[in-house]
Amino acid sequence: MKKIMNMVNAINDALDIKLAEDDRIIVYGEDVGVEGGVFRVTEGLQAKYGVERVFDSPLAESGIAGTAVGMSVAGLKPVIEMQFSGFANPAFNQVVSHVSRMRNRSRGKYTSDMVIRMPYGGGINALEHHSESLEAIWAHIPGLKVVIPSTPHDAKGLMIAALESPDPVWFMEPKRIYRAIKQEVESGKFSIPIGKAKVVQSGTDVTVVAYGAMVREVQKASVLAKKEGISVEIIDLRTIYPVDRETIAESVKKTGRIITVHEAIKTFGVAAEISSIAMEEAFLHLEAPPKRVTGFDVIVPLPKGENHFIISPEKIFYEILRTVKY
Amino acid sequence: MFNEYEPINKKIFQIIDNDGKVINKKYMPEIEDTEIVEAYKSMLFARTADMMIVSYQRQGRIFTYPPNYGQEAISGAVARLMRKEDWLVPAFREMGAYLAKGASLKEIFLYFMGYEDGQNFENAKNFLPYSVPIASQLIHAAGIGYAINYRKTDQIVFTFVGDGGTSEGDFHEALNFAGVWKAPVIFIVQNNQYGISTPFKVQTASEGIAVKSYAYGIKGIQVDGNDFFAMYKAVKESVDYAKAGNGPVLIEAVTYRKGAHTTSDDPTKYRSKEEEDSWDAKDPLKRLKAYLVSKKLFDPEEEENLVEEYKKEIDRQFVEAENYGPVPLEDVFKYNYADMPADLKEQMVEHEKFLKWKEARS
Repeated sequence: MKKIMNMVNAINDALDIKLAEDDRIIVYGEDVGVEGGVFRVTEGLQAKYGVERVFDSPLAESGIAGTAVGMSVAGLKPVIEMQFSGFANPAFNQVVSHVSRMRNRSRGKYTSDMVIRMPYGGGINALEHHSESLEAIWAHIPGLKVVIPSTPHDAKGLMIAALESPDPVWFMEPKRIYRAIKQEVESGKFSIPIGKAKVVQSGTDVTVVAYGAMVREVQKASVLAKKEGISVEIIDLRTIYPVDRETIAESVKKTGRIITVHEAIKTFGVAAEISSIAMEEAFLHLEAPPKRVTGFDVIVPLPKGENHFIISPEKIFYEILRTVKY
Repeated sequence: MFNEYEPINKKIFQIIDNDGKVINKKYMPEIEDTEIVEAYKSMLFARTADMMIVSYQRQGRIFTYPPNYGQEAISGAVARLMRKEDWLVPAFREMGAYLAKGASLKEIFLYFMGYEDGQNFENAKNFLPYSVPIASQLIHAAGIGYAINYRKTDQIVFTFVGDGGTSEGDFHEALNFAGVWKAPVIFIVQNNQYGISTPFKVQTASEGIAVKSYAYGIKGIQVDGNDFFAMYKAVKESVDYAKAGNGPVLIEAVTYRKGAHTTSDDPTKYRSKEEEDSWDAKDPLKRLKAYLVSKKLFDPEEEENLVEEYKKEIDRQFVEAENYGPVPLEDVFKYNYADMPADLKEQMVEHEKFLKWKEARS
C-alpha cells in the first residue's frame, strides 16, 4: 500500500515504524518531544511512545551528542536531533572525538551506532547559521557515515537503513524540500542501502552528480538541456560517505563528462572528491575537465542576498552547455 | 552525612587525621578489617606499578604516561565499592579503579606503549576506554545513567575528572543532564590542585568544586581525597543515594598530584619543592598504613616483601606487553566501521601492493 507523503511525513513514518519494533530506539533533542521538533519531523511520536522514549532535552548540543554516546555503549539506539545543522557545531568535539571513534578505540567492543539527524541547507529565508551545508566536514571524519536524501521515498528508506546501521549515521535533511516534494511512498517497512548511489535518469552526453535539494534542480536543468538535444545522466549520491565510486565511474565511462552540483561551498568540498574519483577511475574516457557547480567560497548570505548564492537550474544548464561544448 | 557536610558550610569531610587516627567516629564506615588490609595492598600495588612505569618510561620502554602518585585513596575506595555490573567511565588517572574493574596491567601497558588493543579490556565489563579530551567523558556517564533508568537495571556509573576539567563546558552539561534525568551517576572530581601547570585558583573563582552541585540541583560533598575512609564513606553514601532514585552526586576529592601531569611534564617549572613536600604528611598510603599498624592489622616489616613481590608481577606483565609484536595492517582499517567500506578495502589492498613491491626491491 502506498501513501502520499512529503519528506517530513516520510521521516516521521520511518521513526514510527522503528520505534514500534525496536525498544532500543530513543528519540530526543531540543523541542522534539511535546512540540515534535521545529519542523514537526517527530510530531506525534511522544504521544504514541511515551516521554521516556521521545523527549525534550536540555538545550546543549554537546550534551545531546555525548549522552547519546553513553546510551549507545549501554545498548540503546539513540536518534538525536540537531535543531539546525549550523547548531551542531558545539557537538563537534563529541562527534569527532567519541561518536566516530568508539568502535576503533575499544577494538569493536563498544559502538556509538546512533543516528544524528538535522535539517540543513539554504533557500528558506532563514536567520544566520540556518542555511549552511557542512556535509564535507562530516564526510571527512573516519568512522561516520553521512546520508542525504533527495525525496520522501529515499528519506524513509535511508532513515530505516540508518536506524538499522551498526555504525553512527550523520543524517542531513534538505529542509528546503521538506514539504516541497510530495510523492507516493510505500507505507510498510523498506530500506535503501547506505553507500549506494542511484541513477535517477539515464543519459549519454554528460553525467551530473547531485544530492539533497540539488537533485530536483538538476532535473529541471536536464529538461532545458534536452531541448538542446543534450542527454543528461543524473546520479543522486544518496550517501556522501561511503561514496559509491563504482556508480560514478561507470557513468563517466559512458558519458565522458562529469559535473557535480552542490549547495555547499566549492573548495575542499564533495565535488572535488567526485571529480577526483572520475579522474582516478575513468581518466582516459574524459572529454572535458570535471566541472563543479557549487556555492561560492563565502559565508552564506542572509535572505536578501541569498539569491546570488543559490544554484538555479539555469546555472546548471549553462555549465552543462559549456562542458558538452568543451 | 550529606546534610552535615553541605558544601556551603565549607567543612571538608574527613575520618582520619594525618597520623591515621580516627577523628570522626560518627561516620567511620563499617568495613571488615581484612577488606581494609586488601584496600591498602591494592593501593600499594598501584603505587608500585606507577613508580615502575615512570622508570620504564625513562628507559624509553613506554611512551607518555600520567602517574597516579598521591591520589591512590580515591580509586582505592571506589575499587572496593564498584560492582562488576556497574559502569566505570574513566578520565586517565584512576589506575586502582581500572584494576578493580578487571583491566590487567598488561593492557594498561599496551595502551601506553601505543597499542589500541590495550583498550579492549577483555575481562572488564562495562568499562569505557580512556577519554583523552578533558571532561568529554562525563557526558557519556550521564547517557549511560539514562540507559540504566530506562532499562531499570540496578547499576551505578562512576566517572572521573580532574579540577582542570571542571572548567570545560562538558562538565556543566554533564551535571545538568544527569540532574534533569536523575541519572545514577557518581561524578568524582580529583581536585589535585593542578591542570598540568595551571593551579586551581586560575581554573575558577569558586571556593571549591562541591558547591557547584547546588547549581544543578544535585548532591555534592567535599572530601579529603587522601583519606581512604572518608572517600569510602562518601562513595558508599553516594551509591545508596543514587540507587534510591535521587539522582547524581558530585564528590570533590581534595588531593595533590605528587608526580608530574605526565612523563612529558616537568613540575619544577611551576611549583616549589616546599609545596610538594608539604603534602607528604597527608600521603594517603602513609595515613592508611598508620591506621592499620595502630590496630595491629598490618606488619610494616611485611611491606618490603610485598613490594618485591609486586615488582616481579608488574615486570612480568610489562615484559609480556613488550613482546606483544607488531600491529597488523588490517587492524588499522578494520575497526573503523562494522564492515569495511569498499574504498577503505581498496586503500588497504593498494598499500599491501606497495609493501610487496618494497620487499621485492630489497
